Amino acid sequence: MTPVRLFLTGARDTLPLILAAIPFGIVYGALAMSNGLSEWATLAISLFVFAGSAQFIAVTLVASAAALPVILLTVFVVNLRHMLYAASLMPWVSGLPQRLRALMAFWLTDETYAVVTNRIGKDPELTGLPWYYCGSALAMYGNWVFCTWLGITVGQQLPSLTDWGLDVAMVVAFIGIVVPALRNRAQWACALSAGTCALLTHDWPHQSGLLFTAVVAIAIGVTLERRAANTARETLV
Amino acid sequence: MNEALLIAGMTLLTFGPRYLPLALAGRVRIAPLLEQALRFVPIAVLSAIIAQTTLVRDGQIDANPGNPYLVAALAAGVTAYWSRQLFATVAVGLVVYGAARWFL
Repeated sequence: MTPVRLFLTGARDTLPLILAAIPFGIVYGALAMSNGLSEWATLAISLFVFAGSAQFIAVTLVASAAALPVILLTVFVVNLRHMLYAASLMPWVSGLPQRLRALMAFWLTDETYAVVTNRIGKDPELTGLPWYYCGSALAMYGNWVFCTWLGITVGQQLPSLTDWGLDVAMVVAFIGIVVPALRNRAQWACALSAGTCALLTHDWPHQSGLLFTAVVAIAIGVTLERRAANTARETLV
Repeated sequence: MNEALLIAGMTLLTFGPRYLPLALAGRVRIAPLLEQALRFVPIAVLSAIIAQTTLVRDGQIDANPGNPYLVAALAAGVTAYWSRQLFATVAVGLVVYGAARWFL
């Protein structure tokens, strides 16, 4: 595939997730304004930070008059799952120039990570992955900044946007990515334990439950995979 | 609240964790156990997000069969399992969600 085609395919594969992000971008813009942030700060956070859930939590903390270090520490914790994402992408970026890696890091979100790992899973030999990645990421980024601006300008006139349920598009897209990736017992156990643990920890503060869940589910997956590998080796002997 | 400081701090603390592993790729060796663990990251984190978005409404777990997210997620799960197609899964999920909101 040519780079341009890869770029466009990346953007296209991200469409359901873009749709799901629209109300959140608008609500973020409106919420930040009503929580006392200026227009430029509200937009600048989307432009320079670009981290959906961390932005929401930060502007909520701004409204509750939390101290700056508290807000920043929370943002850091919420973003730690991105470090896991980046670590798992390491094998695919080792040949790339640092500038490109920095751009990819800046644009790393749940959505682009999901779409890109799905692509890698289907086609591990794929060349030109950065083009695909950037197509997905630029589409997410453009949409996020635009929707933030919409939220700033007209957000107050659009009541109960989150009740439209557009985030269901994210749920079904993630399901379409995860389910086909489940090919053995270790992977199924990892997925099911992650779902269960996420529900048990859903009320932990600042999405720390999500991070805890990831660690538990990964440990279960690795343990079962090692056990299966050992059993296979013993039957061979 | 100093907005410039807030934005600068958030930018650094978001970009840092995203960039550090990518910056180190090719310069450090990843232990085989860690590499094995990292291959489970997409399944673990996406499953967790799916479960929370589907079943947690306004801070409460809503597992009753009238929850349209749950109905749509189940339909999407079955479609994904049989078709292994992202597009078909999203299409079925959205249609079933619309129908569930309309009828339930």
